[in-house]
Amino acid sequence: MAQMDINTQNFDRVVALAGNPNTGKSTVFNALTGLKQHTGNWPGKTVTRAEGGYEYAGVRYKLVDLPGTYSLLSASQDEQIARDFILFGQPDCTVVVTDATCLERNLNLVLQVLEISNKVVVCVNLMDEARRKGLEVDARSLSRDLGVPAVPTSASTGAGLRELISTVADVIEGKITTAPHRVRGDGEFQRAVVELLPLIEEVAPGLPNARWVAMRLLDGDLRVRQALHSGELLGIVARQREAVQRFSRKMAVEGAQ
Amino acid sequence: MTRSATPSVDVLLLRADTLRRSLSGNFRDQLVQVLYGDAESIARRAVKPVGHRGWDWDQRLDRLVTSPILGLPLMLVVLAVVFWLTVTGANLPSQWIATALFWIEDQASTLFTAWGIPWWITGFVWHGTYRGLAWVVAVMLPPMAIFFPCFTILEDLGYLPRVAFNLDWLFKKAGAHGKQSLTMSMGFGCNAAGVIACRVIDSPRERLIAILTNNFVPCNGRFPTLILLATVFVAAAFPPAFASVVAAGSVVMVVVIGVLFTLAVSALLSRTVLKGEASVFTLELPPYRRPNISRILYTSLIDRTIFVLWRAIQTAAPAGAAIWILGNTVIGGLSLAQHIANFLQPLGHLIGLDGVILLAYIIAIPANEIVVPTMLMTYLGIGMMTGPEAFADLRGLLVGQHGWTMLTAVNLMLFSLLHNPCATTIITTWKETRSLKWTTIGALMPLGLAFLVTFVTAAVARLLGWV
Repeated sequence: MAQMDINTQNFDRVVALAGNPNTGKSTVFNALTGLKQHTGNWPGKTVTRAEGGYEYAGVRYKLVDLPGTYSLLSASQDEQIARDFILFGQPDCTVVVTDATCLERNLNLVLQVLEISNKVVVCVNLMDEARRKGLEVDARSLSRDLGVPAVPTSASTGAGLRELISTVADVIEGKITTAPHRVRGDGEFQRAVVELLPLIEEVAPGLPNARWVAMRLLDGDLRVRQALHSGELLGIVARQREAVQRFSRKMAVEGAQ
Repeated sequence: MTRSATPSVDVLLLRADTLRRSLSGNFRDQLVQVLYGDAESIARRAVKPVGHRGWDWDQRLDRLVTSPILGLPLMLVVLAVVFWLTVTGANLPSQWIATALFWIEDQASTLFTAWGIPWWITGFVWHGTYRGLAWVVAVMLPPMAIFFPCFTILEDLGYLPRVAFNLDWLFKKAGAHGKQSLTMSMGFGCNAAGVIACRVIDSPRERLIAILTNNFVPCNGRFPTLILLATVFVAAAFPPAFASVVAAGSVVMVVVIGVLFTLAVSALLSRTVLKGEASVFTLELPPYRRPNISRILYTSLIDRTIFVLWRAIQTAAPAGAAIWILGNTVIGGLSLAQHIANFLQPLGHLIGLDGVILLAYIIAIPANEIVVPTMLMTYLGIGMMTGPEAFADLRGLLVGQHGWTMLTAVNLMLFSLLHNPCATTIITTWKETRSLKWTTIGALMPLGLAFLVTFVTAAVARLLGWV
């Protein structure tokens, strides 16, 4: 979308990098993009925005480093940017970098991202530090519970980054199907969300994260209300289809050549 | 967007609003609770400890520091230790700096006299403007150079977010934001800095509450006054060995009173003019880290100490000049300062203070740190601010010659705690809110409260015959 200012011309895929502060997110970003990066500001905001690129199996990826946040619920500038990008910027995949030494705390953000998007890869970083602290993280158990791939890495040594890249590619190409974990509250909470779903479907048919929109409305989120009114949310669905079509066309053309 | 989509959007939003209001609890609270519950159970399955290597240390400390019973007392103890370090540590360096700076003044004024420069120029430049500067540097620099690094160490250790965690429920009850305790902590250093720090609060309503009440934490410019009164009046009643501890303790008392006022005024505001619910926020308790000494020294000394000191110097110099003029313009045998003090006397007496103290507060609007020197200057009847050497017989001077009582000391501490913010803070409030209305309220509400509280304490004390 224009506001997010993504230049899709030189890239085939856009990957967002989210995560709590102090999880080694920047190390992952630097390790993946190397010198192919530039920094600027988010449009109209004072928050720094870093972008970079990498290539894998002939596909060019653009990596957008989102501000480090603990959550996506509050109205702080950082959280809004991260949330709006994942929601309205429609990255092809969102990588959430987590700190293996305090996974529980980091999962809070992961669960929130999973509510918004189902193209998610969890990067369990700082594995080496966790081992030093006497902690073993079972990535397979994590993948199973979260319903999206979890890749153990130690970005400072580069361990696991190849696998991260290939997993991102597989999720985008649909070679790995995801079934994101969705939160369920008690009866009342659940009933309220379910009751809104058909109404949202009516307003924005095919919206992939209707449940999340329902929860935001129940929380009184002004930004989401506004996006519904302006038709911005509807636009997402259309743009997403368009992007998929554009990409398959491109692949077809390249294949023919 | 098609036009026909609008009605169904409205239906959706209307339904969402009705549902939201019909929920028995707060939706966000429940969502956060569910998120944390799920995160915990998923993490429990995925993370396995292999041997232990002091990992529990972090959690055990956290359990103690954020404990519902011990958390708050521990916080007060930490606060008291920081004040004690500041009080005892700053004493000697303050005297050294004062001696050095006042020696320069002596030499310079002697030189000026020798050169035949008129007395009033020498007086205005050296005994007025320069002395104002010297006083502020001597009184403020050492405490700040101790207080700010202590504060930054606590910040770097990760203690401050835990303070916010401990106090969150109190602020929530007052309808304010839990992060207000962080902006308050900044206010200890400087209220203007505290007002700027309120940017971390997202909700405009709660941010405004935090800005308006920041003044109720005594800043560095007011600490010297509080510490002086605590030392001269409260601690003097105890054996010298305990004096500094008692002084630190009574300053903590004043701070606690300030926090109570912050909560009360926040609650009042959020129930009247700034109505609304407290917003929920996620506050991470970061892992305890070893503080980085060089960075602490840099942030606390360069960013904070020098910044605040420079600001104080800018306001102290003109104030010093003003004091000199008021003290040296004699009309009908009395200086202008004494005339004004006499005029203010009835009002001062009503609130348990006197005219001289009120005059000092008026002159000290640009910078609170010059209250005490202005006061002493007027009492002593000399046309310049006095150096700390005069503290030696301060008690004798105030009690013996100017009729100070315990009520005067207590009310002066209360007045100092509550009265209007300094000019810099008022300007900062304007810059942050861009609202003339809220800036005015931010300046006058504390002043009114200060008058009200001191009036009540004075009336009660006099009624009960304590003074």
